[in-house]
Amino acid sequence: MSHWPLLSLVTFVPLIGTAFILMTRGEATVVARNARFIALWTALVDLALSVVLWVQFDPNTSDFQFVEQADWVTIGGFHFAYHMGIDGISLFFVLLSTLLTLLSIVSAWEVIQFRVKEFMIAFLVLETLMVGIFCALDFVLFYVFFEGVLIPMFLIIGVWGGSNRIYSAFKFFLYTLLGSVLMLLAVLAVYFETGTTDITVALSHDFPPGLQRWLWLAFFASFAIKVPMWPVHTWLPDAHVEAPTAGSVILAGILLKLGGYGFVRFSLPMFPLASAYFTPLIFTLSAIAVIYTSLVALAQIDMKKLIAYSSIAHMGFVTMGTFAATNEAVQGALIQMISHGLVSGALFLCVGVLYDRLHTHEIARFGGLVQRMPAYAFVLMVFTLAAVGLPGTSGFVGEFLILLGTFKVSTLETTLAATALFLAPAYMLYLYRRVIFGTITRADLRNMLDLSLREKLVFAPLLALVVWIGVYPTSFLRPLQVSVDHLVQQVNAATAAAGVRHASLD
Amino acid sequence: MAAAVVFLPLVAAIIVGFFGRAIGDRGSQLISCGALLLSAVLGLLLFRDILATEQAHIIPLANWIVAGGVEVSWSLRLDTLSGVMILVVTIVSSMVHVYSVGYMAEDPSIPRFMAYLSLFTFFMLALVTSNDFVQLFFGWEGVGLMSYLLIGFWYDRPSANAAAIKAFIVNRVGDFGFALGIFATFQIFGTLDFGAVFGAAPKVVGTTLDFLGWRADALTLACVLLFIGAIGKSAQIPLHTWLPDAMEGPTPVSALIHAATMVTAGVFMVCRLSPMFEYAPTALAVVGIIGGTTAVFAASIGMVQNDIKRVIAWSTCSQLGYMFAAAAVSAYAAAMFHLFTHAFFKGLLFLCSGSVIHALGGEQDMRRMGGLWRKIPWTYGTMWVGALSLSALPFFSGYFSKDTILAATWASGSAVGRYSYCLGTLAAFMTAFYISRVMFMTFHGEPRAGEEAMHHAHESPWVMRVPLLVLALGAAFAGYFAYEAFVGEPQAGFWKSAILVLPQHTALVEAEQIPLTLAYLPLFAGLLGIATAYVFYIVNPMIPVRLAAGYRALYQFLLNRWYVDELYDRLFVRPAMAIGDGLWKSGDGAVIDGLGPDGVASLTRDLARRASRLQSGYLYHYAFAMMIGLVAIVTWYLFPR
Repeated sequence: MSHWPLLSLVTFVPLIGTAFILMTRGEATVVARNARFIALWTALVDLALSVVLWVQFDPNTSDFQFVEQADWVTIGGFHFAYHMGIDGISLFFVLLSTLLTLLSIVSAWEVIQFRVKEFMIAFLVLETLMVGIFCALDFVLFYVFFEGVLIPMFLIIGVWGGSNRIYSAFKFFLYTLLGSVLMLLAVLAVYFETGTTDITVALSHDFPPGLQRWLWLAFFASFAIKVPMWPVHTWLPDAHVEAPTAGSVILAGILLKLGGYGFVRFSLPMFPLASAYFTPLIFTLSAIAVIYTSLVALAQIDMKKLIAYSSIAHMGFVTMGTFAATNEAVQGALIQMISHGLVSGALFLCVGVLYDRLHTHEIARFGGLVQRMPAYAFVLMVFTLAAVGLPGTSGFVGEFLILLGTFKVSTLETTLAATALFLAPAYMLYLYRRVIFGTITRADLRNMLDLSLREKLVFAPLLALVVWIGVYPTSFLRPLQVSVDHLVQQVNAATAAAGVRHASLD
Repeated sequence: MAAAVVFLPLVAAIIVGFFGRAIGDRGSQLISCGALLLSAVLGLLLFRDILATEQAHIIPLANWIVAGGVEVSWSLRLDTLSGVMILVVTIVSSMVHVYSVGYMAEDPSIPRFMAYLSLFTFFMLALVTSNDFVQLFFGWEGVGLMSYLLIGFWYDRPSANAAAIKAFIVNRVGDFGFALGIFATFQIFGTLDFGAVFGAAPKVVGTTLDFLGWRADALTLACVLLFIGAIGKSAQIPLHTWLPDAMEGPTPVSALIHAATMVTAGVFMVCRLSPMFEYAPTALAVVGIIGGTTAVFAASIGMVQNDIKRVIAWSTCSQLGYMFAAAAVSAYAAAMFHLFTHAFFKGLLFLCSGSVIHALGGEQDMRRMGGLWRKIPWTYGTMWVGALSLSALPFFSGYFSKDTILAATWASGSAVGRYSYCLGTLAAFMTAFYISRVMFMTFHGEPRAGEEAMHHAHESPWVMRVPLLVLALGAAFAGYFAYEAFVGEPQAGFWKSAILVLPQHTALVEAEQIPLTLAYLPLFAGLLGIATAYVFYIVNPMIPVRLAAGYRALYQFLLNRWYVDELYDRLFVRPAMAIGDGLWKSGDGAVIDGLGPDGVASLTRDLARRASRLQSGYLYHYAFAMMIGLVAIVTWYLFPR
């Protein structure tokens, strides 16, 4: 099995599924049903393959594993390779992508009745691109995947979205594209500096300090918008409100992680001096993100917007932990991203459950749901608590490690971010109270059905994982450990050599 | 066995929580009560074993968070401190479980209630058996969650929902400090394991830590931050506002969580961390000032409240203040002693008040009670036991523990200790007054409830009476029997290494040698309080009415809880909502989107429109533009640079 090109399989199996879906012919209902089942099986196989990756992953090395290398394009002097590989940092993002794609497809099973075939194709293509991003070890390859993701997502929002979907889709597309253009320039600069587009080479390359700052800023432009960091976050609430449920799941679960992943994968190891130099900037924006968006979330009247704003606050923790650049904080940032992927994905699915029944996500339309939907109330409670960071859920492990690791670097930053401890429950429990508790006053709420078997099947794995990471995170921290150790040592060595004290706000 | 004690409630909670509908109400009650009673019996056996061992016994269970320098595991720490807490938690909890069978008999969601209670017990046991700061935090947050869920148990009441959220968030404000304290501890010691931290504490005395640009004594900083967590959980000033509102929950919950166990977690934490606090005298002074102040502050409010449960809730605030005052003079043993006796008599008082409420079909306002003693004699009798114990009358449990505390605060000789003694003695008067007032207003005098209600008033079933009797036994005798072990001569042999008191901190040792007048002053204050209440509410009920009218401002001030809630509402709650709304609409909407994407978009559209206007189609326009261009270029090249 180890001789199989596993990474390529995980990456491109969804495209094979797409090909099958394209071949379906016949009556609309038959095509729709076949498309659904093909997508389901493809996603299942892909998830199984990615689990094999986890099982076979060797947690004792920081080297890239499952490496595949082949010539790809040679034009004149330019030479791009097809180079894939994963380490502890990227492993769980691959798994998260395959899992959330599968759950999205199941969650959209009955909901999407319009252009089913195209919907499923969009998701499978999206899966290929997402997995590709986390596996690519060549900048050109990476860039293709990274930008390619925008297209299916743009279509998902623009075609299957809500009433104001066109505005949101364009806002999303143009916003993120703007940042990416700058990253493209930076990638070119990296190429001219190192003479190759190979990421492994660039990661160990010593960039001159002056260049580091420019390149760091260019990468920052792209990643900060993806995360999204304050003040370039305004595309996210709009995109979420208009996106269909499954789109929101992927958007919150994976696409937001691209920025955080980029920071850990590229900005920190390639530009350690610039990272140290810009840490106060990151800390300031992260602290603003946590407090500002928490307060904004408190004022929301739309469930999806509220969760979107809470995502920005949670991702503020990620950026903060990443650039605190201590071992605990970086591991925390990675766990926080995985956790947030599961939890925010689940929360959007929860909103989707209500949207499917009443076609609204306005908070004021609900209330007293626990009387009709006890199972739903339970599920939403668990994910609410995970979002609040209650110990025993995945949300705690990430936030705890981030704050613990950041305290060494800046007590002020830690104190500011720790306000989330009471701000998060304020908006989340306030939401929960308005939706779940109280008495039912509207007639249509009296006929609400509790979770169906399909919905329970979607939530079950998320629930299990949230508790698993919360109670026994070792399964997830262990594969991260060596890779993060290596990364942090590399950064510390570079900053120590240059005589830069890791910057802090104090 | 220790694992069985801790995990039996969890197993019961899972079974009852998930399969409650399948096993039915009766099955749920049997399983959860059975598990808890078994846990209590095992807890008793476990306590006997703990007393026989010298060192703290640590049972590792599994890894938890291992990352970088952090190594945190799930484990059970068994020493006298956790042993006492296990005893208190399992006994009171099992009694409350049994009591709930009767009290909640009419409720439609019995399995949910029983599951919550059992789950709470699990979290509380995880808290007291923790061997590191993070598991302590796990239990801490877990009991906070269950408190939230149980306060809001009757979810169709808006007031219950509001109280539940308030409890959670105010607690979280405390936990904000607690978490920072954990980070500071890790920064100082490089570990979060109790054993390692306690061992290293003497070595870090005098080291400093930069915090928010301020160079602070490391241990003092860590202890004060950790204590903020205790302030929240134990409802001390200024984070006390949630506890009275928490009375929205069912009464068994108030007895278990908001009297006997969860709220005492803050006291437990300070005692558990005595090896840190002992080296941080400034932090201890903070503990003492907060504790002493809360003791009298809460008691003053308790004197005028009319809701039977709220009086007892304010009393809990006040009694917890006593415990902190004791800890502040290094009399941790006395703090734990009062925690122990308080669990019995306060749990009892709540359960009795529940019995009264049950008898009157939900009535909680004492102004509509009175003359009940004939109707519910068992409740009446046991409640007096609790009341006298709380008033610290001789030979009742509360007498031993409260007098030890007050004697120790005076004996410490420190300014903070004397402060606590004076306020504590004043509070002793108030305590005796308000609890006697409760007794007189509820059980004596003319019935003020309607004919109908009085006619229906009935004694509670046996399933509720037995827990009352068990706790009454504790409230009456626990102090007498435990006195020697907890705070008497052989206390070192009892606590062993669980509590550290530096040799120079002799408050508890010298407590027996304070002047007799000072030793008996609290007792006289208590007797005076009872006598005053008797005069006010039995002899001449017009006196309090006239007093309230005469000192209207003071009365309103106390009745409205010193207006703290209103202050917080104005200072924090409403501004937070307003700022959030403002940031959203003007920050995100007008500024960022206005100048950012929407602004750029409209600018582009604008530019495009202007550019397209240039394409007018008139030849002379183009010719004119070309002319200007030509002139510009020529000028550029001709001028010398």
